[in-house]
Amino acid sequence: MSDVGSETNPLRVAIVGAGPAGFYTAERLFKEKNSHITVDMYDRLPTPFGLVRNGVAPDHQKIKSVTKVFDRLANKPQFRFFGNVELGTDITVEDLRQHYHQIVYTTGAQTDRSLDIPGIDLKNSHPATEFVAWYNGHPDFRDYEFDLSQESVAVIGIGNVAVDVARILCRTREELMETDIADYALEQLSQSNVKEVYMLGRRGPAQAAFTPPEAKELGELKGADTIVLPEEAELDPLSQASLADADRGTMRNIEIIKELSERELTGKPKQLTIRFLVSPTELIGNDAGEVVAMKLVKNELYQTESGTMRPRPTENFEEIPVGLVFRSIGYRGVPIPDVPFHERWGVILNEKGRVLNAVSNEPVLGEYTAGWIKRGPSGVIGTNKPDAAETAECMLADLAAGKVLSPAHPELDAATKLVQEKKPNYVSYEDWLKLNELETAAGEAQGRPRIKFTKVVDMLAALGKQ
Amino acid sequence: MKVSTILATKGNKLVTIAPEQPIHEAVALLDQYNIGALIVLDEAGTLAGILSERDIVRQLNKQDNLLPQPVKNVMTAKVITCLPQDDLMSVANVMTERRFRHMPVMEEGKLLGMISIGDVLKAQRDSYKGQIDTLETQILATE
Repeated sequence: MSDVGSETNPLRVAIVGAGPAGFYTAERLFKEKNSHITVDMYDRLPTPFGLVRNGVAPDHQKIKSVTKVFDRLANKPQFRFFGNVELGTDITVEDLRQHYHQIVYTTGAQTDRSLDIPGIDLKNSHPATEFVAWYNGHPDFRDYEFDLSQESVAVIGIGNVAVDVARILCRTREELMETDIADYALEQLSQSNVKEVYMLGRRGPAQAAFTPPEAKELGELKGADTIVLPEEAELDPLSQASLADADRGTMRNIEIIKELSERELTGKPKQLTIRFLVSPTELIGNDAGEVVAMKLVKNELYQTESGTMRPRPTENFEEIPVGLVFRSIGYRGVPIPDVPFHERWGVILNEKGRVLNAVSNEPVLGEYTAGWIKRGPSGVIGTNKPDAAETAECMLADLAAGKVLSPAHPELDAATKLVQEKKPNYVSYEDWLKLNELETAAGEAQGRPRIKFTKVVDMLAALGKQ
Repeated sequence: MKVSTILATKGNKLVTIAPEQPIHEAVALLDQYNIGALIVLDEAGTLAGILSERDIVRQLNKQDNLLPQPVKNVMTAKVITCLPQDDLMSVANVMTERRFRHMPVMEEGKLLGMISIGDVLKAQRDSYKGQIDTLETQILATE
């Protein structure tokens, strides 16, 4: 019987990806009282927290407060952070197999799903996730360029990324000053020419994925009037009939949208128009290959035999002039070298978090996954907690059954040595806390939550690393 | 939440049976994989029906020599299916109201997987748990 998990031979776990799923996996593992478990968490960025830092909208600071929970976990002696270390380039899966009993991939979903319509790759048409990463100061995206000299912008989609993008585009300088939006984004957005923002939903108000507070917030923008066309706020008979089963959030959304459709314009500098039951069918470009307009088809809803309301295009088309397009139809995971991937769902091939061999469909010994790279992009930050718990419980069951890797170097020091060798300028949690202090101090001077470092070299320089 | 969220953590394995196979083989599969229903595929690989434990129990009560009979005699041939992008909430309503517990997931004639009412309830429970946790965290942060 193996003694892995004992005080002298603790279960060594590597978690790859320092977002919510990674921390919640560690949290569940640390709750296990009968086993000794130590966790090393890796991230390719020097900063932890994944999409909490680089995805959650900068004007939603309260949502970011979940990092306090993660800080408490990181404080435990059984936890270490190795930031600025990328799996696949700096270290390999094989390196991890030599140093850990179990490996958990919590790398999240990083790209946008594609939208297959003519003109989608024209200049000034972007995945919304890139814009989100840009305004949040993600080092990989800080140098991206978005043509904010355009007056008219379309955001394809009506989920929470679309809502965030539309809202940020409409915010005034004063509103943005209260956030931790990247400095360069604050400047560029404050000086933007954007006057019209369209948010385009395929289905109707009763199927909208946003939450009532998000909808309400869209109607309370200081610098933008929010418009809903009265005919699109009216529910079709099928949606009307479906209300018998509707939850409170849906009922409230419908009310808010109806109220928005009854508003008069108040002459604010920008206009945000939320459209329902429309799908883009084509982006139209000029000779320079830039987007100048978008063709939309009006949809009608039908009900599938499993009860879902789905959109179906009608014969009615319209064209709206737009010079900038953000498509936001959902995040998608990126494969990790040497880890089986399920192309159809854009996730690591897994069963309840156990990574599966692509040929045999049997679990791969010692490898697991949690979060968006396990189930796809769904839910709120907290949804990752039960998801990660499911994975951690599989890990603990496998530990109990003796199904763990037999690493040649399970000692803590061996892993430290590995990282020091492969990536001498890695960032520890203490390092991150220093960066955090510097960021919040810089923010305090300007009355902002923080001013982010957006370049890895700047972060390392601030820490006296090269 | 979408049906695809459930399929994403169920791997690629799909337990199926042919219409001509005997019921006792179906029973063995249900036991081996600890599941409540099998997808019935014909020779061409198209969906011929679904065979649930409930289908088998009902027939067991009616006839004596059930186990050697072919699956097609007992299966439900008229199957309600769903799409990967269908809303989980709607699927849950249909399953509850029409009182069945398994639904194959199809797209353009291709079978992608199967979801059970247990999967749907678990996904809904976890979704609510996650929402509550996120709200609690925010409330505690403002205190």
